[in-house]
Amino acid sequence: MMYSYDEFDRDFLRDRNREFRTQVERRLAGQLSEDEFKPLRLMNGLYLQLHAYMLRVAIPYGVLSARQLRQLGMISRRWDKGFGHWTTRQNIQFNWIKLVDVPDILEALAEVDMHAIQTSGNCIRNVTADPLAGAASDEIEDPRIWAEVLRQWSTNHPEFTFLPRKFKIAITGALEDRAAIAFHDIGIRIVGGPNATIGFRIYVGGGQGRTPYVAQEMKEFLPPTQLLSYLEAMLRVYNLHGRRDNIYKARIKILINAIGVDAYRNQVEEEWQSIRGEGIDLPADEVARIRAHFAPPELRANPVDNAELLKARDQDSGFDRWVRHNVLPHKNPDYAIVSVAFKEPGRPPGDATAEEMLRVADAADRYSRGEVRVTYTQNLILPNVARADLVDLYEDLKSAGLVAGNTDLITDIIACPGLDYCNLANARSLPIAQDITARFADPERAEAVGELRLNISGCINACGHHHSGHIGILGVDKKGTEHYQITLGGSPSDDAAIGDIVGPSFPAEDVPDAIETIVDTYLAQRRDGETFLATYGRVGADPFKEALYGTPR
Amino acid sequence: MPSVITANRLEDGIVVYLSEDDKWLPDLASARVADDETDLENLSTIAGQAAADQLIVGAYSMAVDLSEGTPQAKSVREQIRASHRPTISAVTEIQ
Repeated sequence: MMYSYDEFDRDFLRDRNREFRTQVERRLAGQLSEDEFKPLRLMNGLYLQLHAYMLRVAIPYGVLSARQLRQLGMISRRWDKGFGHWTTRQNIQFNWIKLVDVPDILEALAEVDMHAIQTSGNCIRNVTADPLAGAASDEIEDPRIWAEVLRQWSTNHPEFTFLPRKFKIAITGALEDRAAIAFHDIGIRIVGGPNATIGFRIYVGGGQGRTPYVAQEMKEFLPPTQLLSYLEAMLRVYNLHGRRDNIYKARIKILINAIGVDAYRNQVEEEWQSIRGEGIDLPADEVARIRAHFAPPELRANPVDNAELLKARDQDSGFDRWVRHNVLPHKNPDYAIVSVAFKEPGRPPGDATAEEMLRVADAADRYSRGEVRVTYTQNLILPNVARADLVDLYEDLKSAGLVAGNTDLITDIIACPGLDYCNLANARSLPIAQDITARFADPERAEAVGELRLNISGCINACGHHHSGHIGILGVDKKGTEHYQITLGGSPSDDAAIGDIVGPSFPAEDVPDAIETIVDTYLAQRRDGETFLATYGRVGADPFKEALYGTPR
Repeated sequence: MPSVITANRLEDGIVVYLSEDDKWLPDLASARVADDETDLENLSTIAGQAAADQLIVGAYSMAVDLSEGTPQAKSVREQIRASHRPTISAVTEIQ
């Protein structure tokens, strides 16, 4: 089940698209200058990149229907070069868009209740969430309900359309954080309260970019009925005090770390007390209406023949590996959550062809009740697959080339588009990812290394989440050549941390060797069953520095 | 330093270079080269008019290498722009 638009939502999108069509016409006719047009196109997700316009399409909290995914495939085929790029905020972007086509593309998106709103500009961006929402075995409550509440509250919010800077919110409803909430302006964790109630633990001031911070706890327990008034107060205080004079200091993380979370909290509490009676919070029946859209699917009992499954695993090592890494526990023991990996070694991370989108959409209809999710690690999820269907699904995905059994392994790299596409980049990300995955292309080797998140950004804006990679790689411009700085020990999860710079940067051609040296050092130091992160935590940076640079520094 | 003017074409964003007859063409080799400041100012004036005429957006000048005869991009960024494609095989080409 997912949220479905009503006529109000559809009318709003139609009006908005009609308005943007006339804005594009006026731009092409010379009635709007680029300076006048730029903020208008950005409000509709349209950037100008190196080779063409780029359209970033919103996938609110990463939830897609098979029908929507099919339409994205159609759009990439008809108006782009036959592929799109899953972004690290659970969206998709198309890299080869013509301005003249954008009004038609937005209409095609609206046909399936999609748009490009809140994918750019200094507004509250699309809320991201646990991609396993509604299906995860460790879930307290489905975060999509509240992500949808936040979507409706934040879309076109008149007070928060021109914030000091962009604003990102992430929410998880599970015990394990799979939404990187500690790296968001506001992170929300659904937690259990007294007498079997649930509520929200609120974090503030996390983020990557030039000045990375892990979010700090803001409020230990917020009753769900008060979510919107509390967030409204948080945004108001930020809107008032955020540094509009300096783009590098305008994010809320800078404010929080300048005045301290306690001072910020005091101001928010004061503001909150003055506005919470104003009717900002949703009435219970409206929450119930939204909740009903996310009613758990009726999954019929469908026990798997375990002997058959074991036999299939025994006969096919690829299938066995795929089950080990890409099949995750579902609330319902007869079912599983399946990670569809777009990270076969050698592929540009995140890129998906039109054909692949159509094939996954078909698989979603056949095996997952038409539901698909996008992960911030740039893969797709089929959230409701009967374990009895795993063999058939695997064969379907195999014929589409989408069965890399490497979820969360070293070859499951997060990478931004980098200098191959992006106007902001200092260095390329995609060829570095390809070179590294080539070194670890043997799936047995990647599996022997174990869980390892390797993230690559082509500039300090950190779209590739390099700060939170267990191994992070940051592209820098060193006297006109592409160099790469390596960080170790970052984590996006419950043990959120910012990686430490290990030493001087490497030229591009030396990066794969450096990564192999780091991995070999880890394997030499590893004690039984230790992950990379655990070993790094125990031995520290010195053995890695020595291996990379010769002597400890 | 020999320079050319580059921009993106307004209607589709394609990378273009100011070429002979005030045309904006995707081929860097065809770009008009300014040899000095005066030349470059002349080209910049043409570019300003082209932007006002809704032909191009985001024009700027860039230094070029003429050792091969025709202008070549110097920086990695400009080499990528001039090639009109990423430096890797696109996912559609890998399939």
